[in-house]
Amino acid sequence: MSDSHAAVHSPDHHPELRHHFMTMEQQQNTASLGMWLFLVTEVMFFGGMFCAYLVYRLKYFNDFAAASQSIAVGWGAFNTAVLLVSSWTMAMAVRCAQLGKQKLLIVFLLFTMLFGSAFLGVKAKEYHDKFVEHHVPGADFSFTEKLLGHPDYVVNQYHAQMFFSIYFAMTGMHALHMVIGLGLMAYLVVATARGKFSTAYYTPVENIGLYWHFVDVVWIYLFPLLYLISRK
Amino acid sequence: MSENQHHVVPLWLYATIGITLLVMTGVTYFVATLDLGPFNTIVALAIASFKATLVVLIFMHVKYTSEKMTKAAIIAAIFFLGLLLTLSLADFGTRAWL
Repeated sequence: MSDSHAAVHSPDHHPELRHHFMTMEQQQNTASLGMWLFLVTEVMFFGGMFCAYLVYRLKYFNDFAAASQSIAVGWGAFNTAVLLVSSWTMAMAVRCAQLGKQKLLIVFLLFTMLFGSAFLGVKAKEYHDKFVEHHVPGADFSFTEKLLGHPDYVVNQYHAQMFFSIYFAMTGMHALHMVIGLGLMAYLVVATARGKFSTAYYTPVENIGLYWHFVDVVWIYLFPLLYLISRK
Repeated sequence: MSENQHHVVPLWLYATIGITLLVMTGVTYFVATLDLGPFNTIVALAIASFKATLVVLIFMHVKYTSEKMTKAAIIAAIFFLGLLLTLSLADFGTRAWL
């Protein structure tokens, strides 16, 4: 430890306190703001896809409705519940970190990973069904389902394909975020077990929690927009 | 270890928010099966926004943060997302009028 470091803080300062911060509190607020700025870029990143969805949904509404009706809504609703519960366990994990309950923190992190993995498992099943039904955009694409209540309406193959392109892009990018989140949580479990965190320092737990909740918020919008276009 | 002043959210509030989120998911699904005309989408988005607000304010601690810049960043994100969506719609939504 250099002399300049010692000159800034008292010799018994927290080992995780960097020299350019006054207090642990200030350091954590700064890290949290940085995480939020990253999440703002994520909002704009997903926003572009939401915008594409919105434009094509208005343009090809009936075809989008028919394509949306072909997705298994029960699994989507189940997955929404699973992801919301995982967000709750993540909030509980951060709470345990704040209170210094390290063992319970690991338990809640593992539960969050369990629910996150369950979500991805259901997603894999849904993707598999779409491959079997030839609903994946490409040379083998074939959409033969009818629009509910309109048996005479001929669904446009290209427009239905546009729906599924957006469906796979958005849910796929969402799933990729979850895979990254699971990796980050695996790191948190190891770091917690090694005693890296305390009530004074748990910034990574807090920030990875923010990331996980953000991924949850994206899904909160994806579920009604992709699964529930026209279910009556 | 008293240097950290962060607000600890009480358990009952986390439990209430968690249950509300699950109930609202059921409500979203139920409302989608009713025929409300153009209001189906509006109700679905209103419920989604209500759920997202709960997650951001409580689970993500925005209600309790002393860092005003965090709130400014969130408002900026919502503003620019709204700008992106409304201006795109003003373009693509009115092209058929010509």
